[in-house]
Amino acid sequence: MTTIISAKDVHLSYGNYEALHGVNLNFQEKELTALIGPSGCGKSTFLRCLNRMNDDIENIKITGEIKFEGQNIYSSKMDLVKLRKEVGMVFQQPTPFPFSVYDNVAYGLKIAGVKDKDLIDQRVEESLKQAAIWKETKDNLKRNAQAFSGGQQQRICIARALAVRPKVVLLDEPTSALDPISSSEIEETLMELKHQYTFIMVTHNLQQAGRISDQTAFLMNGDLIEAGPTEEMFIAPEKQITSDYLNGRFG
Amino acid sequence: MDAKKKDKLATAVIYILVGIVVLILAGILGNILITGVPHLSWHFLSSEASSYQAGGGVRDQLFNSLYLLVLTTIISLPIALGAAIYLAEYAKDNWITNLIRTTIQILSSLPSIVVGLFGYLLFVVQFGLGFSIISGALALTFFNLPILTSNIEEAIKGVPQDQREAGLALGLSNWKTIRGIVLPAALPGILTGIILSAGRIFGEAAALIYTAGQSGSTINYADWNPFSPTSPLNVMRPAETLAVHIWKVNTEGIIPDATIVSAATSALLVIVVIVFNLGARYLGNKLYRKLTAAK
Repeated sequence: MTTIISAKDVHLSYGNYEALHGVNLNFQEKELTALIGPSGCGKSTFLRCLNRMNDDIENIKITGEIKFEGQNIYSSKMDLVKLRKEVGMVFQQPTPFPFSVYDNVAYGLKIAGVKDKDLIDQRVEESLKQAAIWKETKDNLKRNAQAFSGGQQQRICIARALAVRPKVVLLDEPTSALDPISSSEIEETLMELKHQYTFIMVTHNLQQAGRISDQTAFLMNGDLIEAGPTEEMFIAPEKQITSDYLNGRFG
Repeated sequence: MDAKKKDKLATAVIYILVGIVVLILAGILGNILITGVPHLSWHFLSSEASSYQAGGGVRDQLFNSLYLLVLTTIISLPIALGAAIYLAEYAKDNWITNLIRTTIQILSSLPSIVVGLFGYLLFVVQFGLGFSIISGALALTFFNLPILTSNIEEAIKGVPQDQREAGLALGLSNWKTIRGIVLPAALPGILTGIILSAGRIFGEAAALIYTAGQSGSTINYADWNPFSPTSPLNVMRPAETLAVHIWKVNTEGIIPDATIVSAATSALLVIVVIVFNLGARYLGNKLYRKLTAAK
């Protein structure tokens, strides 16, 4: 088991307000890690630090160290485009671009400079298959991606993120905007894929975290309370407050 | 009165109000078309305006109107697009941005006669461009920029923030995200803005009377060299548009058929605006479909 991303003493503040008070957390390769915690605890904020999606927010200050494959991603030498190609992201709301399914999935590749039409065709098909949306889209590749249902759109977005062959995919509450059937389809998709990719997922849904994650990290009020293998944490959490949260006493 | 009755009453009032709007619009349009269309003929469209006798046409005025519309759009669209992208995507939320926005709002409510007189002083007199198409196009650009900019800004802002984040998360630069994702998504709104402002430009008279002038010059439609003085494309020649023609025939025209000419010209103006509207919508939809594969 190798560590692919390690965060050391990550502090983040907006102006005078500190949202993360020094988070230390390691993510293992080809595992699915769930970040859980009550609303406003900083889990999404932390997730967005991992591919530097917070950079453009005004008055933001991030200190500490986040290493991706041993390289500090906040160093000035880091190539943002390359980082985001290796650390992809899927959002809460499905965000297909207003193009065809094919163009959506191929977009990242084209941006990355891939010109070979056969390779793009092959990648598009492969990625749509991996995201378990190939059957529904193979006859409609030229159709606008926004014309599909929410669950289908989200899987198209997963395919789009996978098409550039990232090593890590960040998922920011990927199923919270979807109905239960679509959610469980996305969960199955992730279960299939987690042997090939590293997933880091923020979720509000504790059952979901329990069902599909290998590691779980519990955050509260900007602090990492505890982290560890999901099963151990759900059966015997080390701290009382984790147990209270997992048992629905608050949050 | 119970809730059900109130609801019925409110619905009735709303229907009556919308009925009034539709009636007024249909009345005006119907009046213009009914009085004007019978006088439209190929002769009217293809002959020069006459100064004294009856039977003149609006060939040059029609061409001038279209040419000014195209020129103004070519000048103002890139500027408005750039300004709108800046305001929607780059501008920080501070007093400078607010000042720019307020200025744009004030400019957009400027009476067009003021724009015309300002254009006269600046372009016609100061820059020595004379009464010319280019003076008119520049004045119309001033007149058009504020509204076009705010329309495009609204269209760009209407694109959900998620779309931008998704672009950035794919490794796109800020500019690539705007160009590749935000602008295509905002295209229908941008197009509506262009169509609305085109209608205003086409019908504008006051801003042109003192800039593009009220008289035509001899135009030779066989000569398409833009530097030749008789070429229709020459931007330094004075040019009367359809709207200015309507104004002139009615105020100082001495042709015996002034009422007929102005009725026919008004109908023509309305028809051209409608055709332009439909045409731009059709082209825009096609472009949007091509860009987005929407069906």
